[in-house]
Amino acid sequence: MRKNPYLTAGVVIIGLMSLAAIFAPLLSPYDPSVIDHANLLSSPSASHVMGTDSLGRDLLSRMIYGARISLSIGLIAVGISVILGILLGALAGFYGGWVDTLIMRFADIMLCFPTFFLILAVVALTEPSIFNIMAIIGLTGWMGAARLVRGEILSLKEREFIQAEQSLGASHARIIGLHLVPNAMGPVMVHATLGIASAILLESGLSFLGLGVQPPVPSWGNILIESKSTLGIAWWITLYPGLAILLTILGFNFLSEGLKKKLG
Amino acid sequence: MLRYLIKRLLGIIPLLFGITVISFAVIHLAPGKPAAVEQSMDPRVSAESRARMAKLYGLDRPLHAQYIDWVAKMARFDFGRSFGDNRPVLDKILERIPVTLAINISSLLLIFGLGVFLGIKGALRPNSLFDHSLTVGMFLLFAAPTFWLALLAMQLFSIQLGWFPISGLTSLDYEYFSPLRKFLDICWHLFLPVCVISFGSLAGISRYMRASMIETLRQPFITACRAKGLSRGAVIYKHALRNAILPIVTIVGLSIPGLLGGSVIFESIFALPGIGRLFYEAVMTRDYPLIMAEVVLGAVLTMIGNLVADISYAYADPRIKYGKK
Repeated sequence: MRKNPYLTAGVVIIGLMSLAAIFAPLLSPYDPSVIDHANLLSSPSASHVMGTDSLGRDLLSRMIYGARISLSIGLIAVGISVILGILLGALAGFYGGWVDTLIMRFADIMLCFPTFFLILAVVALTEPSIFNIMAIIGLTGWMGAARLVRGEILSLKEREFIQAEQSLGASHARIIGLHLVPNAMGPVMVHATLGIASAILLESGLSFLGLGVQPPVPSWGNILIESKSTLGIAWWITLYPGLAILLTILGFNFLSEGLKKKLG
Repeated sequence: MLRYLIKRLLGIIPLLFGITVISFAVIHLAPGKPAAVEQSMDPRVSAESRARMAKLYGLDRPLHAQYIDWVAKMARFDFGRSFGDNRPVLDKILERIPVTLAINISSLLLIFGLGVFLGIKGALRPNSLFDHSLTVGMFLLFAAPTFWLALLAMQLFSIQLGWFPISGLTSLDYEYFSPLRKFLDICWHLFLPVCVISFGSLAGISRYMRASMIETLRQPFITACRAKGLSRGAVIYKHALRNAILPIVTIVGLSIPGLLGGSVIFESIFALPGIGRLFYEAVMTRDYPLIMAEVVLGAVLTMIGNLVADISYAYADPRIKYGKK
């Protein structure tokens, strides 16, 4: 605990956020979508700890339910990109030759695209929905993981235990899946934790532009849409969702830093 | 150097091919592709634009023919016409580029200058109070969403203090200003956006600079410099800095796609007429020719940025061009 303060801080922050997301119905004081005409834009008070929005909905409750959306988009999007990255990186590193050239050139090309441009272009073609956002962020973010896994496998491939496995006649799938990939997972986990942070940032940016999670479903990004029109009138709508994003990103960054130290 | 240059320039060809294929595939193979929009009753796409679309892309022809046609047109700088106002897409993009370029170049300079400075300060006294507060501050900056920082900055500096305009590029009576005043007016409007977008990337650059400087200071040639009696300043700013700064050049090159992508959000918030806001408008109105042109241009700009960074790196560090084949 004391040796790795980053890891502790990360686990505490992300743990609390996840608990809030899981137990959202128990924790939130109000229904996040109930409109209350008597309390439009009321400032933080004892009954509404974080105030209300322009429809009188309780901000705290919307933030807690927003945690569900934002965290699950981050997790699933990164799940997709990490699985893709491991698969492509392992193939490239293990087989080398033209397979490697093809996959890594593809990664280089994908890295040329400003991610946000590519994502917005796809969003323009599809209906913005939570599942599309997860898939798009996942499909455009696998390159880093692929490069990492490829590099790890290139060096692992030469080690004795892999050569022993090969001379025993193990199948390629068995060597890659059971021996190479598990040994390359350390750096991938560090990378993935950072990836969750940037996926959450991407989602909040998209939702803020109105092209991500669609209201009335609350996400931290789309709660902030309203802050543009209430600038100077209702500071709480700007402050709290942004702080929630900041704290979550900070948590994942700490977690990643801590994992890096722990895994060497 | 010439051989390296030629090799790198030839490397562009497969990248360009890949960039165009992916952009084409995204538009034509994604669910809800233009061809489907043509048949759908989507009210956002008018019948007129649907017809223009079918004609423009020859949507009845096989995909590879459409692709070749599209690339051949782009090679002649013909990106088609916007669905919105029927003007050439290239004209619309070119008139928006100066604003985005001005913002991004000034923020790159700010990030680079301040990041290198803070990184050196941290590296010189590792684990000091200054170094630790720098690390914590950088973690916080790195975690804050840029558009949220923009909203907070607007709230504080534009609304509460009234120091800067809330949005836009020019004042209302801009037309009547003298040239100098016009320039100052634009600077005054761009100050807040440039500061806000720089802060996000500052964190990464200064951390890299710190690590790179600490690494360089451990090298034997630094010990040699100290041993021959050079002053502390000469060792750090003349000998160590030149070596430590090299990796940062590449990282600045790598931050271009992020800056371009980020311009979509902050140009919308600050109502600045740059290519980011143009892209946002294109997405909202489903202006396909404009979307495709901007995706390709964004990727090509990134590619050129990386190339320039790599070449200047090779120019500054002879080990690159002679070391690797």
